[in-house]
Amino acid sequence: MALPNKPMGELPANPNPEIVEHDVDVLIIGGGMAACGTAFEIKKWAPADLKIKLVDKASMERSGAVAQGLSAINTYIGSNKIENYVKMVRNDLMGVVREDLIYDLGRHVDESVKLFEEWGLPIWKKDADGETLDGAKPAPTLRQGGEPVRTGKWQIMINGESYKCIVAEPAKAALGEENCLERVFIVKLLLDKNVKNQIAGAVGFSTRENKVHVFRCKTALCACGGAVNIFRPRSTGEGKGRAWYPVWNAGSTYTMCAQVGATLTMMENRFTPARFKDGYGPVGAWFLLFKAKVQNGLGEFYANVDSVKEELNKFMPYGASAVTPTCLRNHLMLNELKAGRGPIYMATDVALNAFLDDRRAKGMDEKSVMKYWKHLESEAWEDFLDMSVGQAGLWAGMNIEPEKIGSEIMPTEPYMLGSHSGCCGIWTSGPMEDWVPTVDGPRSHQYKWGYNRMTTVDGLFTAGDGVGASGHKFSSGSHAEGRIVAKQMVKYCRDHAGFKPELKQTAAELAAEIYAPVVRFHAHVGASTDANVNPNYCKPAGIMMRLMKATDEYGGGVATYYMTSGKLLNICLDLLRMLREDAELMAAGDLHELMRAWENYHRIWCVETHIRHIEFRKESRYPGFYYRSDYPTVDDANWKAFVNSTFDPETKEWKCEKVKCINIIETEPWI
Amino acid sequence: MPSYVDPSKCDGCKGGDKTACMYICPNDLMVLNVEAMRAYNQEPDACWECYSCVKICPQGAIAVRGYNDFVPMGGQVHPMRSSDSIMWTVKFRNGNLKRFKFPIRTTAEGAANAYLDGKGGSLDDEKLLLETELAVPTMLAK
Repeated sequence: MALPNKPMGELPANPNPEIVEHDVDVLIIGGGMAACGTAFEIKKWAPADLKIKLVDKASMERSGAVAQGLSAINTYIGSNKIENYVKMVRNDLMGVVREDLIYDLGRHVDESVKLFEEWGLPIWKKDADGETLDGAKPAPTLRQGGEPVRTGKWQIMINGESYKCIVAEPAKAALGEENCLERVFIVKLLLDKNVKNQIAGAVGFSTRENKVHVFRCKTALCACGGAVNIFRPRSTGEGKGRAWYPVWNAGSTYTMCAQVGATLTMMENRFTPARFKDGYGPVGAWFLLFKAKVQNGLGEFYANVDSVKEELNKFMPYGASAVTPTCLRNHLMLNELKAGRGPIYMATDVALNAFLDDRRAKGMDEKSVMKYWKHLESEAWEDFLDMSVGQAGLWAGMNIEPEKIGSEIMPTEPYMLGSHSGCCGIWTSGPMEDWVPTVDGPRSHQYKWGYNRMTTVDGLFTAGDGVGASGHKFSSGSHAEGRIVAKQMVKYCRDHAGFKPELKQTAAELAAEIYAPVVRFHAHVGASTDANVNPNYCKPAGIMMRLMKATDEYGGGVATYYMTSGKLLNICLDLLRMLREDAELMAAGDLHELMRAWENYHRIWCVETHIRHIEFRKESRYPGFYYRSDYPTVDDANWKAFVNSTFDPETKEWKCEKVKCINIIETEPWI
Repeated sequence: MPSYVDPSKCDGCKGGDKTACMYICPNDLMVLNVEAMRAYNQEPDACWECYSCVKICPQGAIAVRGYNDFVPMGGQVHPMRSSDSIMWTVKFRNGNLKRFKFPIRTTAEGAANAYLDGKGGSLDDEKLLLETELAVPTMLAK
């Protein structure tokens, strides 16, 4: 029997990687919806000689949060007022948002959706009788005035299994396949040697060959999604992979931008989605399309009782809206669970049978009811099969048929993101237009400084999950934001034509830093008969578990029903400090493990910002997402403000500050 | 719900320059063992069950077995994906079967219009390609 003292995987890492250097004008980091938007749009604005490259950690056809597919597009304005979209997002995110960014997104998002349909994405339509048609049936397109199937006010249904493939195809074609580098993981952004606070490049490595890639650029987009596997998940065995958000998002966007000095905003915000237990299947269609309600363990539909209305009255004006903010919905559910009235069930059986009874009451014969049922059943299963197949697998394994029995709902472990019902991210400039407020002071307090969606670092842009204080973009909004950035990056190149980026470090120095875990592996692997247990180094898998244990127990994870305090947060920060030191001792024997090592560097940093922000904000802004026992209420008088933080790459010091939140859209009426 | 590879069907994509599952996995999980000329999932507890490998495998050699920490054995969900639709077979633990077919694309693969000749207007306003008007907010705060 062979001893286990060998690298895992199939692509061993060699301590002396080849170095490849690239000189470009524009570097697009990421390959998800936002980056695909940029790739599609940018050449429409760029002069022919502008050099543009896109670098994706995976394959664009199936990368990012939409890799698996989606069953709905959650942001389509249509005939709604954009101002009302701003009001909805503002209320869902408890008042502290950048209304300029949200409005700006709202005026570009529909064009992205119309493009998706033109490219081949099937979008459900209503026929003349109000019945739903799947997206392949002949019907007028959105551009031609076709009526989509609305679930909520902002969502439309799609047949979205191939959503990402369809969006990636024209993105690649527009940029040119030769300009898209896949399976290269960018891990650090690089500042210019001569011009202060100016992006000049990035460095990463191939997960297929022993190669380090060093880029010099004038401007860069960093759009690599949110952060997953940062809190201990409810399933810690194989099921740890069944994260609600894409398990490959490691907080890279936030960490890489923060490390070069980009100001972060609202990093205290997290998203703790309530989803079908274990399979983490989506609940939106069940609530909105099928009108299902949640029941507690006593069989009560608790959401409509008087005590709940009283509870929501504590959170005004947010609690008054027709659609209760996502965090407060969680808060109500947690109250039931903590009072011992769990488990919480989505009454799928009641909802589906109500549709059938309604048809019967309208005089539909039984044969037609059965035909209608087949259609309804198919819609119900498609919701999972399009975007969360694992939930369908769980139902199959549990013999669950949704028309016969409800399914349990549970708030998951927390995630960090900026495009869904969360809004952590990077502080960016809004559009340079008169209606966007002018604020004095440093960029970390301003709303606009020259280039829309540029971070506080010159030439560095972000989009999608990266842009903070502006949630509810979802897939379509992220694509639109990528298109916004494309034009701005071209403008930046035009305005800085004379700038020649120069890096502070040599390519060899950078390669040594990137491959340090590989060198460490080879230096020490001989000290033990098992490559995974060694006194001189630690492996990425263990570091990730250590991170998730610390955040879960001290940072308000599922272990404490999301409760933390100043005392606990400071213990968490101490644990993270030692974790960060020990992360310098990570070792990687193969290229996959090297990727995991760098993902963990990113995770640890972005979680540290999260904990710092929660510690700084002396209130509980998002009840249901997290609570501070020492400041348990929403305190609008003192904290209806952004928390922004900036890391100084020179002094290595963090600074957290309170920043004024300005309402641009009318506040009377609030909704 | 980790993916697994049936060794009697996997041919390692014949050692060509692109092993399909390895090419597509968003989380870099699928790898080819060159000696055995078979692929495998190298980190099952990091599998998102996105089914990208299952859908792309030219040999139909990849399937998914439910996560062993919460899915009872015996059920299975398996797709057959063509250029315009996908057919799902859902097999329950108790042996019941359901089949669902959904459209996935209304255009031919490769036919999405990248607007290669599209040109934008002025770099100094906020209008994007195909946009002729630009809204500004009117319901303003006082």
